[in-house]
Amino acid sequence: MNCKQATQLLSEKLDRPLNAKEKVSLGVHTTICVSCRRFSHQVEELRTISKRYVEESKSE
Amino acid sequence: MTNASTSPGSSPSPNMGVFFDVEFTQELRQQMLKFALLQVRDEQLAEDAVQEAMISAYQNIDRFARQAALKTWVFSILKNKVIDLLRKEKRHTAASQLEEGPNINGEALIDALFTENGHWQKSERPRKWDDPDHGVENEHFWRVFDACLNALPEKYGRLFMMREFLEMETSEICYNEELTITNLNVTLYRARLRLRECLEDNWYAAEPTS
Ligand SMILES: [Zn+2]
Repeated sequence: MNCKQATQLLSEKLDRPLNAKEKVSLGVHTTICVSCRRFSHQVEELRTISKRYVEESKSE
Repeated sequence: MTNASTSPGSSPSPNMGVFFDVEFTQELRQQMLKFALLQVRDEQLAEDAVQEAMISAYQNIDRFARQAALKTWVFSILKNKVIDLLRKEKRHTAASQLEEGPNINGEALIDALFTENGHWQKSERPRKWDDPDHGVENEHFWRVFDACLNALPEKYGRLFMMREFLEMETSEICYNEELTITNLNVTLYRARLRLRECLEDNWYAAEPTS
């Protein structure tokens, strides 16, 4: 698995459950690749930020 | 039609009070409009959706004892109206325009970010996001986020907002937008690549302004 494939799966992980094989290959890749680990954290952060953005637009 | 009920028409139900609070109502309207405009770019359509949601709140006024309950209700109506509008809006957008926008998109974006063998280009590697110092609870951050959302091609922005703001299921989005799941996955992937890069360049890795 390369970074292009890993990042695509990390994005899809937010939209569907990954299968066992995908989880394993992704796990192996992110263990050795700091850039994809960061990407993983950041797309999750995008989700958190989006939720807060909607809340802010309702409440400020 | 005659109304033989015991309550005289002149005196409103006790709950009408929340709507007589002018400040509350005006503020609520502003918040709703802002919410709608995040997603519906046509101001008139957004205004109409807000208006309709407000009217249905009036019609169901007896359900709400508190302003907070009314607010939750009215926003959930608005959310459904926005989904309807997005569904209609789609038909007016030619497929060819969907990926247009500032900066590079589509395959070109992927090619710019990754090397031929699929690894991150050195200059494009994600950097560490330091949130503590760059707290997101900050008005300036939301301006950056707004700008990054607006810089997305229309299709990316719409699908991202359907998924992340309206929290629609992917199957629902595919159905509404007549997309295959592969197509949706790829678009969300590209939208996230673009957004994370934009936030990194303009917020997390930007020089502090003060
Ligand atoms: Zn990687």
